[in-house]
Amino acid sequence: MSTIEQLNAAFVSALDIDEKQISDELAYNSIEEWDSTAHMILIAELEDQFDIMLDTDDIIDMSSVAKAKEILQKYDISF
Amino acid sequence: MISASKPIEGSSEPRVPLEQAAILITGAAGGIGRACVIACVKQGWHVFAAMRNKQEGQERLREALQSSGLNNVAQSADLLTLLEYDVSDSKQVKAAFAQIKKSPYELVGLVNNAGLMKDSLLGMTSLDDFDMQMLVNVRASFLHLQLASRLMTKNKQGSIVNVSSVIGLDGAPGQVAYSASKAALLGMTKSAAKELAPLNIRVNAVAPGFINTQLTHDYSAAKRASVINNIAVGREGQPEDVAATIMHLLSAQSAYITGQTIRIDGMMSI
Ligand SMILES: NC(=O)c1ccc[n+]([C@@H]2O[C@H](COP(=O)([O-])OP(=O)(O)OC[C@H]3O[C@@H](n4cnc5c(N)ncnc54)[C@H](OP(=O)(O)O)[C@@H]3O)[C@@H](O)[C@H]2O)c1
Repeated sequence: MSTIEQLNAAFVSALDIDEKQISDELAYNSIEEWDSTAHMILIAELEDQFDIMLDTDDIIDMSSVAKAKEILQKYDISF
Repeated sequence: MISASKPIEGSSEPRVPLEQAAILITGAAGGIGRACVIACVKQGWHVFAAMRNKQEGQERLREALQSSGLNNVAQSADLLTLLEYDVSDSKQVKAAFAQIKKSPYELVGLVNNAGLMKDSLLGMTSLDDFDMQMLVNVRASFLHLQLASRLMTKNKQGSIVNVSSVIGLDGAPGQVAYSASKAALLGMTKSAAKELAPLNIRVNAVAPGFINTQLTHDYSAAKRASVINNIAVGREGQPEDVAATIMHLLSAQSAYITGQTIRIDGMMSI
């Protein structure tokens, strides 16, 4: 699986949304499915997919799909 | 207020098979910690036993396991993993969680048990002593709660037990700082329980009374007698009394209990 496929898989599974809904602009709290509880599930999915442990500051900053990509690059994951 | 939502269906069923399930116990070489390790190993969970000093702690734990008839546990990597770190050092705590994440086990339980008690009258308590008790009893427990719940979120299964104290509920002279730290754990327990319930992660606290461990070892005979005089069942508690309730809270037997504080004090009045 490519990293973008892994990222999408994490979003689909955590937010329970269709892959078509995922775009760089998709933002935290902009859809009903991406609420605070789903955010923590998303973090767990991302940590599992990429085998990393995110810093709390990065979890707080992860406000959109674009931002998630930017943050994950700090953990040597490129898209 | 950020609301939690979307409860998980069929949430009381354990999702992680017993042979993969692990419990992290802090202060595992202490009195209550050792009793918890023994009880968890007997239950069939893998135990991550966290201690400050591995050399000393390992020996104490090995003796306790042997006297419970669990002779080979200390040597068995399948049953027990020793983690050496100071709970007040957040870097070390994060490294320990990274090790747990990389292990073949899934964290289904946490016992926030490491604790520090420094008795002194209000007017004679230094801010350093206050800070130290807050650091070990509150901040470290918060960090463990935060990191453990993140690992548990993946499987949507978890039970966290915070070891508070009756002093956190009732207060006692000479224990202003300690009681503040143990009361903080109770607020943390209730809020975390509400927030994590939709993820099928339960958070409870136990409030032990007067338990026979190193923590109460320095009490004079007279002080010990006077405390026991105020315990309705007429004896001090044993670490196993505390471990038994913690086991109940960790297990699926208590699947419908969260956000609670259970006194284990033989009905003690302070
Ligand atoms: N005994 C009682 O009557 C009683 C009553 C109510 C509540 N409690 C609570 O029960 C819990 C367990 O205490 P206990 O009675 O079993 O006493 P204990 O035998 O003294 O155990 C306390 C444990 O905490 C560990 N610890 C302290 N600071 C630490 C740090 N910075 N990093 C890592 N570990 C640290 C100690 O490690 P070392 O072995 O390295 O010192 C020790 O193993 C504590 O939270 C205590 O407040 C006890």
